[in-house]
Amino acid sequence: MAHDTAHAMPVETSTGLDTRKVAIWTFIGSECLFFATLISNYLVYKGKSLVGPLPHSESQCMLHGQMTTCEPIFEIPLVTFGTAVLLFSSFFVVMALNGAQRGNRKQLITWLTATVLGGMFFVGMQVYEFSHFYHKGLGFTTNLFGSTFYTLTGFHGTHVTVGVIWLATMLVLAIRGKVPPAKALNLELAALYWHFVDVVWIVIFPVVYLMR
Amino acid sequence: MATTALGHAGTHAYAQKTGLWSWITTVDHKRIGILYGVTAFIFFLLGGLEALLLRWQLGAPDRTFLSPEVYNQLFTMHGTTMIFLGVMPLSAMFFNYFIPLQIGARDVAFPRLNAFSYWVFLFGGLLLNSSFLVNAAPNAGWFGYANLTSTQYSPGLNVDFWIIGLQILGIASLAAAVNFFTTVVNLRAPGMKLMRMPMFVWMSFITQVLLLLAFPVITVALVLLMFDRQFGTHFFVPSGGGDPVLWQHLFWIFGHPEVYILILPAFGIVSEVLPVFSRKPLFGYAAMVFSGAFIAFLGFGVWSHHMFSTGMGPIADTVFSLATMLIAIPTGVKIFNWIGTVWGGSIQMKTPMYFALGFIAMFIIGGLSGVMHASPPADLQQTDSYFIVAHFHYVLFGGSIFALTAGAYYWFPKMAGRMLDETLGKIHFWLMFIGFNLTFAPMHILGLHGMPRRVYTYSAESGFTFWNQIETAGSMILGFSFLIFTWNLIRSLRSGAVAPADPWNGATLEWAIPSPPQEWNFAEEPRVDSRDAFWEMKRARGGAMPEPPHVSGQGIHLPNPSYWPIVTALGILVFFVGLLLHVHVPTVLAGGALTLFAILSWAFEPTGH
Repeated sequence: MAHDTAHAMPVETSTGLDTRKVAIWTFIGSECLFFATLISNYLVYKGKSLVGPLPHSESQCMLHGQMTTCEPIFEIPLVTFGTAVLLFSSFFVVMALNGAQRGNRKQLITWLTATVLGGMFFVGMQVYEFSHFYHKGLGFTTNLFGSTFYTLTGFHGTHVTVGVIWLATMLVLAIRGKVPPAKALNLELAALYWHFVDVVWIVIFPVVYLMR
Repeated sequence: MATTALGHAGTHAYAQKTGLWSWITTVDHKRIGILYGVTAFIFFLLGGLEALLLRWQLGAPDRTFLSPEVYNQLFTMHGTTMIFLGVMPLSAMFFNYFIPLQIGARDVAFPRLNAFSYWVFLFGGLLLNSSFLVNAAPNAGWFGYANLTSTQYSPGLNVDFWIIGLQILGIASLAAAVNFFTTVVNLRAPGMKLMRMPMFVWMSFITQVLLLLAFPVITVALVLLMFDRQFGTHFFVPSGGGDPVLWQHLFWIFGHPEVYILILPAFGIVSEVLPVFSRKPLFGYAAMVFSGAFIAFLGFGVWSHHMFSTGMGPIADTVFSLATMLIAIPTGVKIFNWIGTVWGGSIQMKTPMYFALGFIAMFIIGGLSGVMHASPPADLQQTDSYFIVAHFHYVLFGGSIFALTAGAYYWFPKMAGRMLDETLGKIHFWLMFIGFNLTFAPMHILGLHGMPRRVYTYSAESGFTFWNQIETAGSMILGFSFLIFTWNLIRSLRSGAVAPADPWNGATLEWAIPSPPQEWNFAEEPRVDSRDAFWEMKRARGGAMPEPPHVSGQGIHLPNPSYWPIVTALGILVFFVGLLLHVHVPTVLAGGALTLFAILSWAFEPTGH
């Protein structure tokens, strides 16, 4: 077909998939190696801390300038609840996307709001958790456990934050009526990223919090 | 102004786009390719100058031309520059210019992201080299081994410049890799099936996969090192329980795929040049594709052969040694296929062919010494000696640079619309070939006699003087050969013979359109029925060029120029400069805010279609 009239890019792609969708999958593939390296880093140094506090057991540690006995750092119930909220938000965004594709604006806005709130709750949970751990004696440089834990979960939290900003931008667009069914793919791209961030947490949660 | 011309596209002819602003806002893959090429060539000459200073220092025993500290900075910057600012972006020039043309596409998948990659690369390169201005150039080697890089042993900003510079360059590479991967997957012209793609596209495509999977690893490693230095963590600090060898693992899990990132595009280039100048299709096309993929796959399983001397134990040594030797098989397949391509061909000895044949010969030498130190006992003798320096210059200079130069002579007419001078080109080849071998062949001998790498001088009694003098003389010839090349480039741009669309009787689609191509590349979308698509088109017409397109191409709607890519890149630069300044929080936040603002503006900018 001769492009003497309208379109800049070939309308039909080689695979039939939208080019942006191929790109986001490619990016996600690359991100897998990013988190694989961070998780490996955590596992390599697991149990190698020279001083406390430790994740699952009591230990000798420095608190307020003197050696004392520290409690185990992790408190599983809170993070389990945060995990559940994050995973449910993956379901929420599927519902929002479904609303966008069917042109049901109310469904789109309701579920997308729920997704953003879920993401924000998770980030808030992590901020609370980090400050709580810090007061229990686990600083970023205290020991290898602290450094590897904060680095891994911190980068994941950063990804969640980016996802929240992206989805919140989509929410503003949806409220302004700018996510019609023809543009539902814009939301699908954000949703794919969001699912990826959740899937990474499904790996991090057992490896970091549950594995002893 | 450039921006207004496009606004009226479709109603009248494009205005000629000129001026600085048109280059700053360009999203045309061909212009971005030229930007990559010019920038990378300047960095390449800078890296070469650093090498000549090193060779001058080693031209006589106990010379004090360079202090040990300056020597450390120069060899670190030489390696870092040649890899990240020379060979990689020179390959990126060809990715940009020729992947879309060879697959018959209008542009890359994401033109603005493409511009963004270039600006981030430029800013990263400038930041890295600005370290010379504050007398704090990186000085711990291009591999940055822990714990040389710890605050204890490297208290200055030197290593911080290295970390931040590489981190910025990594962003450019990853963005570009997503872009080119998607372009090849999705924007091929009708009929351009995967197994009909030109070999350069195939090898470039595999390179993007390597970039996508290798760069995240070095990103994390650099982040951990930055945390060690800026915040006092102990990831690589033994006193806090950290393990310096972990750095080596992370670095080489990136670093070994990285050497294939440097060589696979070169394989692609010679696989284009040899068939065209032998008047024969590439021998063993499918074997070439699969051997390239196999090399890339094995490339992720051999990183520890860089670490035999750390004492990993017999099991690990054996496994990594065997995997490394295995790579000789697909590489040998390639070499035999190149020879098979030339064999019995109607050989045209033009300058690109000289460099491509030189590549085969030099790369075989580098490959053979590589197999030698795949064996741990041999490696323990050779490691950290000049033997290793000889090896990797035979594969990176004798391999990558020879092939990239072949590509430059081959594709310059298409990019510039002018032919390069053949006589100067052949003088360039012979000087480069002789200078290269005089410089690097004696390093094998010196290395086996025990001359250590990375040491700023040697004593007169060591017996190293003679070969070092030969090497220094050779390096001057090598440097001179690139002056001739530069002269050839400048002279041909001004007054070279005007290049026709198809000066070499090319096999691939880029030769079907004018030199240089018009902004819209193909006025009519090409249809592909076989490999060597353009040869087949010409054969179908009894050797004549295809008919000119029936449409002018003037009405084709192209993406609008945009300044958001450079603004986003600027935001990223500010962010990282903040990190460099011992995590200066206001600068970091300002950079982050600018980046976010620019990305949102970018996302909501009308793209013109």
